Amino acid sequence: MSAATAAPTTPKAAGHRAGKPRRPRPAGWWLPYALLAPAVIFELLIHVIPMFTGIWMSFIKLTKAFIANWGNAPVTGVANYNVALDFNGAVGAGLLRSFLVTCAFTLLVVAISWVLGMAAAVALQKNFWGRGFIRTLFLVPYALPMYAGIIAWKFMLQKDTGAINHFFYDNLHLGGDKPFWLIGDNAFISVVIVAIWRLWPFAFLMLMAGLQSIPSDVYEASAVDGAKPFRQWRSITLPMLRPVNMVLILVMFLWTFNDFNTPFVLFGNGQPPAGDLISFHIYNASFLTWNFGSGAAMSVLLLLFLLLVSGIYLIVLNRRSHRA
Amino acid sequence: MKIRTLAATAAIAALALTTAACGGGSNSSSSSSSDSSGGKTLTYWASNQGTSLDNDKEVLTPQLQKFQQQTGIKVNLEVIGWNDLQTRIQTAVTSGQAPDVVNIGNTWAASLQSTGAFMPFDSSALDAIGGKDKFVKTALDTGGAPGQDPTSVPLYGLAYGLYYNKAMFSSAGLKPPTTWEELVTDAKKLTSGDKYGFALAAGSYTENSHFAFINAAQNGADLFDSSGKPTFTSDGVVNGIKRYLDLMQTDKVVNVSNVQYDNGTKAVNDFATRKVAMILNQNNADNSIQANGMKSSEYGVVPFPAPEGSATKVASHVAGINLSIFKNTKNKDAALQFVKFMTSPETQTALDKKFTALPVLKDATPNFTDNAEEAKTFADIYATKSKPLPLVASEDQFESTVGKAMNQMFAKIASGGTVSTSDIRSALDTAQQQVAAAG
Repeated sequence: MSAATAAPTTPKAAGHRAGKPRRPRPAGWWLPYALLAPAVIFELLIHVIPMFTGIWMSFIKLTKAFIANWGNAPVTGVANYNVALDFNGAVGAGLLRSFLVTCAFTLLVVAISWVLGMAAAVALQKNFWGRGFIRTLFLVPYALPMYAGIIAWKFMLQKDTGAINHFFYDNLHLGGDKPFWLIGDNAFISVVIVAIWRLWPFAFLMLMAGLQSIPSDVYEASAVDGAKPFRQWRSITLPMLRPVNMVLILVMFLWTFNDFNTPFVLFGNGQPPAGDLISFHIYNASFLTWNFGSGAAMSVLLLLFLLLVSGIYLIVLNRRSHRA
Repeated sequence: MKIRTLAATAAIAALALTTAACGGGSNSSSSSSSDSSGGKTLTYWASNQGTSLDNDKEVLTPQLQKFQQQTGIKVNLEVIGWNDLQTRIQTAVTSGQAPDVVNIGNTWAASLQSTGAFMPFDSSALDAIGGKDKFVKTALDTGGAPGQDPTSVPLYGLAYGLYYNKAMFSSAGLKPPTTWEELVTDAKKLTSGDKYGFALAAGSYTENSHFAFINAAQNGADLFDSSGKPTFTSDGVVNGIKRYLDLMQTDKVVNVSNVQYDNGTKAVNDFATRKVAMILNQNNADNSIQANGMKSSEYGVVPFPAPEGSATKVASHVAGINLSIFKNTKNKDAALQFVKFMTSPETQTALDKKFTALPVLKDATPNFTDNAEEAKTFADIYATKSKPLPLVASEDQFESTVGKAMNQMFAKIASGGTVSTSDIRSALDTAQQQVAAAG
């Protein structure tokens, strides 16, 4: 696209259409538009059209009686929203609980992944023997195909045959019964751990890249002034990584809040209430009951929430950075 | 710009969910209606009836070749596992990118019929496949809602039976149970150490919902009233579910690990490897039991017993696989010929044997096992002790909502909690509201 912006600067203005009142178009004026067109078309196809289709779906009664012929589905106005937001009803209560579970899940996963990523990035900032190997090792969860990784966790978390219970209860001889990890309340811990395992290498990678751009003489100067490592981290690393952190945390928040694959692969069809993340909840609400209108309404609500949070986040942080 | 891009990404991530499962769905069907030089081609989605998807393919391919020799119609076969079949059919219905002929679980028939995406078998269509009189009536009745032309016809018949290990029963001096109470006593006697009296697919919502229905039916309770409204919270349903849960909860004859058995095969494996004395399964379990090394002489089958003094002796729902034609097929005649072929006595005989299914044709004798006694028991359950699941459009929602609620109840029991009658009632009330919201 950078080529496209460069194109119209070619100064060969050929005034062939003199009839036009305004100044004549330069030859090749269409080139930037032609180069942009694929991007615009795909943006429309991939983002905008599905989004508006989804919003439209949320206002119609798209149940299985109409699924074969969408056009016949009656418009129900905000009925789907009323059901989704009626927290005294079964559907609304389920959505609210799933929303709260997802908030707790997101908070934990983003915070812990960020801390782990930061710790690893700082620890690996100095050159030492074997650094390349450890860096690669840390990135393995991110490089593994998502499904392979999560399915491995699923096996490890089985009650009777899983590696985790085997290690704690057969090797270390912890007392008591082996717990279930994928059902009941433990499911929340499991899904948080697996999500962190998947996400933290991304935080590590981004922060490591960010650290490369901090000149080393700043650290040297502060060391001369007597700053200890923690002070260096707090007063130099953190402020200089601010732009990276700002984007990183937002992106991690959005990914984690929308996480579908982790609960889907980990729990299969029998998702426990403690691991009922919102994307998965919406999928179940629309696919299992064939009620796509209701699912679309929930998706739109999720979209509004994420828009709101992202908007507030960026406004607040940008204002602060202007003041600084 | 950044905000907008991110927000758009978030939006898509959210909205894309409704289409997430569509990805694998519609690639194979575009070639369904090529009509070059007279040779027609049909696309057929088969369900998984054998021991594996490959096994299904091996069994069906010779039949499809025979069909091609007879009619010149080529059939493209795709075998789809049970975990994906419903989603694939949904996707096909939604997108219109559908195969010509598809296998469905017969309990979905009325639900799928209400989508209007399937061809009704009116009298001329029924005549084209050999007349409706060739089918067993109970089997044909599962083809759709009463009073309408069915949108599916029976292909394989199945019924639940109580499988028991003969050696374990005789060494404990027990006879196969004829009432629920006997079943529980026997199971308690057979539970010791790492051996259990019973194994359940407690993590499978379809299995759970079937037994919610069967236990409720034994109590004389119905899941839907005459106007099609759900009545899940009636005493008969609640107590029926309680009885089933109590196998794990109070009787403790089921290993709590069974809560992670998300399909019937795992319980069958436990049975075949002699870890448990009894399982409840449909007759196609024979395949897996024998594949795991247990001979057909080593186990017996009796009807799933009802509690003493119960009103009906329902031991199963009318289970089975039906065959449907998608309405927008471009090869209606070829599809009808194919359905006729699949439900012809010769093909049925060949397939029933390989897939251990009960015959759906009148006057056919069960040939799925060489154990005459077992064949007789299953034929009797199918003919006299089976009740069809409710033939209403919301039936599939009953399966998913009630079945999943039961998954959670088993999970609670397995992790040390207690599920009381009022817990069951409130969970069923939630399920009922979900069904009502979707209807």
